Amino acid sequence: MSFKVAAAPHGHSQKKTNQVMAWVVFALIPGVLIQSYFFGWGVWFQILIAVSVAYLSESICVWARERSARQALRDNTALVTAVLLAISIPPLAPWWIIVIGTLFSIVVVKQVYGGMGQNIFNPAMAGYVLLLISFPVQMTHWLPAAPIAPYDLGIWQTLHTIIFEYTPSGYDVEQLRTTIDGISMATPLDGVKTALDQGQILAEAYQQPMMASLAGIGWQWLNLGFLLGGAILLQQRVIRWHIPVGFLAGLLIPSFLAHIFAPSVMPGPVFHALSGATMLGAFFIATDPVSAATSDRGRLLFGLLIGVLVWIIRTWGGYPDAVAFAVLLANLCVPIIDRYTRPTVYGHHVGAKHDTE
Amino acid sequence: MSEFKTLTKQGLWENNPALVQLLGLCPLLAVTASVTNALGLGLATLFVLIGSNITVSLVRQWVPQEIRIPVFVMVIATFVTIIQLLMNAYVYQLYQTLGIFIPLIVTNCAIIGRAEAYASKNKWNYAAVDGLMMGLGFAAVLVVLGGLREVLGNGTLFDGAELLLGEWAKQLRIELFSLDYPLLLAILPPGAFIGMGFIIAIKNRIDAKRAQLHKTEKTVTRARVTAES
Repeated sequence: MSFKVAAAPHGHSQKKTNQVMAWVVFALIPGVLIQSYFFGWGVWFQILIAVSVAYLSESICVWARERSARQALRDNTALVTAVLLAISIPPLAPWWIIVIGTLFSIVVVKQVYGGMGQNIFNPAMAGYVLLLISFPVQMTHWLPAAPIAPYDLGIWQTLHTIIFEYTPSGYDVEQLRTTIDGISMATPLDGVKTALDQGQILAEAYQQPMMASLAGIGWQWLNLGFLLGGAILLQQRVIRWHIPVGFLAGLLIPSFLAHIFAPSVMPGPVFHALSGATMLGAFFIATDPVSAATSDRGRLLFGLLIGVLVWIIRTWGGYPDAVAFAVLLANLCVPIIDRYTRPTVYGHHVGAKHDTE
Repeated sequence: MSEFKTLTKQGLWENNPALVQLLGLCPLLAVTASVTNALGLGLATLFVLIGSNITVSLVRQWVPQEIRIPVFVMVIATFVTIIQLLMNAYVYQLYQTLGIFIPLIVTNCAIIGRAEAYASKNKWNYAAVDGLMMGLGFAAVLVVLGGLREVLGNGTLFDGAELLLGEWAKQLRIELFSLDYPLLLAILPPGAFIGMGFIIAIKNRIDAKRAQLHKTEKTVTRARVTAES
């Protein structure tokens, strides 16, 4: 019988990195199913392309850096990055969009900084921001959700659109978004923002065809799907509650207060919570263990910062959604957050915590 | 001769103002969206660097230690004014494109750095060569980065070269590929930072390889000597 001497902490999760990451992908399934129901087959092709490119580029990088390729490929982190990026972009975006984004995420944001566990930015979101500022047109072309979509695309038509940028019958994505009235359909966040910018009041903005009772058609269910996935992650203890709670508090409290004080121009918390990438961001993106803060208090602050930034950028910024920008900005603040939220070592004074340096 | 050789090596590679000293990054990152702009600013900086280095070196005996920095800045500002007026007269469109970054050459740390570190301590002919080599090194990095960003963001090389070199230079324009959707990021400021990072990384990689090569050669010779003796 052997008595192994192990260092603290003694009661820890037995999950390996690859299991944690596999759980993240597993928890994404409800959201992806809902997305493919409302926004078509595109998301599956995007995931397929992203995952292939991610594994290919990861192998090449790891080989070039003379590291163990087997270990790097088995930890599933590239898989999570690829899937997150693939479900963030519009499902009908041309194939080269997701290829460029995944390449940038894996090669520049992850491997150049030293591979798994070394990246200071969230790879998927850095890739997303690269795409958004380089190709704004393709990256904002979301189709209207299935119940109100003017066209219904099958698998083959979707694939054709992703590869050739138009359907077999010759429609491009811009035409697919256009309704019978000749008005192209925006996403709920974009539509409400544009309407408010034009001087309409919130009640008028909510009258637009893509709006449902709570938020946008399709989008509200998409967010609830990711909320369900987030609950699975919490239940499995893959993530802790601090970042999602901080994120949602930072987004919902300001929007609630603003809505109370200016009910005609400030969308309320329910709209913010169920629009855009809120739930995906709160439970899957901001909780990336590598680029987030490390202590519990730090994570709460980190989430809060992202939430507040999302609200500020959504309200006054130039882009309709803001999760990617907010996450990257908060990633930049992580060293400061970590420095000022370092837990006190047992037996040391609170004031003496910086003496150890 | 040896001193001139060292200066050349230092300026172009080992102590390159842009890649090693990391000085003058503001214009470097701001104007390198195309080769033409980069070349224009690189030449302007080269001219100012040579002029200021020679002048500072010639007057170094009479400049009191305490006020040397203001004097150097005045000298540099004079040369910048000259180049600004010249560009305004002869390459007006490029002058407008580069805009504020021509007067900002005054604040380019690479120039005052050379004045302080080299020209104020050495004879004028050495200072001139130092200015030439440092300026060439800086301009080379500008052009490489400009080329990189122009190719990625626009698919062309030497687009608008006629603004700098005259009408004949229109033939220099190379269209490598035409993009429906250019990679805007390469033209935007983040592209400059990322591209710069890659160029520095490549330089460090080459240096590391060369150092490795030298090391292995040395150990090999030593081993053979020991074995023979």
